[in-house]
Amino acid sequence: MMRTVSADETAPTTHPWAVHAEELRVRAGRHLAVDGLDLALGTGVHGLLGPNGAGKTTLMRALATVVKPAGGRLTLLGEAVDGRADLRRVRRGLGYLPQQFGFYPRFTVREFVEYMAWLKEMPKAAVPGAVQRAIDRVGLTAKAGARMKTLSGGMLRRAGIAQAIVNDPAVLLLDEPTVGLDPEQRLDFRELLRDLGVDSCVLVSTHLVEDVVVACTDVVLINEGRLVYQGTPDDLVTRGGQGDAGDSAAERGYSALLRRHRAEAGR
Amino acid sequence: MTTHPNPTVITRYADPAADLDEVTVWAVEVHLEGCADCRALVAGSTADDTRALLARVAAGIDDGITTGPAPERRRSWSATPQRWLVWHLVPWLTMTVGVLACAVLLQALTPGLPSLVSLLAPVAPLPGVAIAWSRRHDPAWELIAGTPAAGLTMLLRRTAAVLAVVVPALALASDRAGISLALTLLPCLAFTAATIALGAFVGVRRAALGLGTAWALAVIMPAVVTAELPVVLRAGSSPGWALLTLTLAGFALLRADNFRRLSSHN
Repeated sequence: MMRTVSADETAPTTHPWAVHAEELRVRAGRHLAVDGLDLALGTGVHGLLGPNGAGKTTLMRALATVVKPAGGRLTLLGEAVDGRADLRRVRRGLGYLPQQFGFYPRFTVREFVEYMAWLKEMPKAAVPGAVQRAIDRVGLTAKAGARMKTLSGGMLRRAGIAQAIVNDPAVLLLDEPTVGLDPEQRLDFRELLRDLGVDSCVLVSTHLVEDVVVACTDVVLINEGRLVYQGTPDDLVTRGGQGDAGDSAAERGYSALLRRHRAEAGR
Repeated sequence: MTTHPNPTVITRYADPAADLDEVTVWAVEVHLEGCADCRALVAGSTADDTRALLARVAAGIDDGITTGPAPERRRSWSATPQRWLVWHLVPWLTMTVGVLACAVLLQALTPGLPSLVSLLAPVAPLPGVAIAWSRRHDPAWELIAGTPAAGLTMLLRRTAAVLAVVVPALALASDRAGISLALTLLPCLAFTAATIALGAFVGVRRAALGLGTAWALAVIMPAVVTAELPVVLRAGSSPGWALLTLTLAGFALLRADNFRRLSSHN
């Protein structure tokens, strides 16, 4: 579908990284879930991998500016968002799908995405078109008029993705977006990811190593709140040896990196 | 509007075989975007097979429009976001209005007691405000907390929705009970402002709970026991309440950025 590209969309950026974290520390309750993380992400699709409790969701929340970092520096789209900065401008360029997202059960999909577009302070005239485009992109066109409470788990997830991409965000954060999607939808979703990653910074948190290898341009592996590895999927594949756990080369690479990191930490 | 390009240039532009330099092509294209007459000229100078192709495309598009889904009709969707809030607040506001009605009734039945309406007026909006801004009661809280619209403006909008019901109810109750309107509404507004100002630090829900409890223990209980209206609610204290409201509201505005994030307090 066609849309007009405005001048400030094509303007060159003045920041080297869309997401830049230095020594970032974020609390989840009392526990320091992200502890001294250094991360720099540019345009492309970045897959965020890590075991349970590695701090993926907490990192996502901090990047979405939903929680305030406890320490370190965090810059999004060239603006510092760690202190008492005004977040409005940065937030207009963000899209965020939380791991568990609540919704208003009586809203239709279209109303829900419209409401989120309104909250993201999009120009009023642009909202109906952007909403339709977002719903089309996630393949919910036929369900646009259905109430949220009647949707299946996979459809809800896709409605969540639609609200995240409705404002054409420069930084898109998707926390476990593939949960509940059937194999065919996952293929469509990978296609959508590649499409989104062309001109924006997409960070996808997932447990599925295969998804990352196929759809992402970059792999970020964290454990216990620290960065373990950042590299290309091809490089991840070469890290694994025959003795490592996993059914595919990528999974073996993942477990080899984690095992090495744990061995170094335990020393 | 620029001057129209030469008709021969337009003919050459329309002819795929003709050799026209790029600069002229750009100039013609820019002009064509704004000039219907010249577009008609281009359409006139195209070859027959091109026209047949265009007709086929137009027929295809028309067909797609008629057989495709009907366009979504425009709704006044500004009403939509409020619908959730309205449904959610109805029970709490009904309770508030009910309690105020009971207060009026009790006051009429037991003239010896101090005015219950003016005792309850400060805490009347608190349950509604606490519910309107609570992560437990708003299912999409995390989504909303990440949007640029989140913050004090949204809290004030929701508070206004609560006050829109509570203030008329209080006005009616004070009229029935025969007490000063200023001494009912000003404490009500002062406590609302105090909830928001305190809420910037400890969360709106906790602030509402704390203030409500403090008022009940420090003022309502002694007043009921001694059967005497406390000093703070007697005639002449309204300038103090007005000043307090303004101070607290100004303070809350200064602390506006405390409402931007997802806070564990709410």
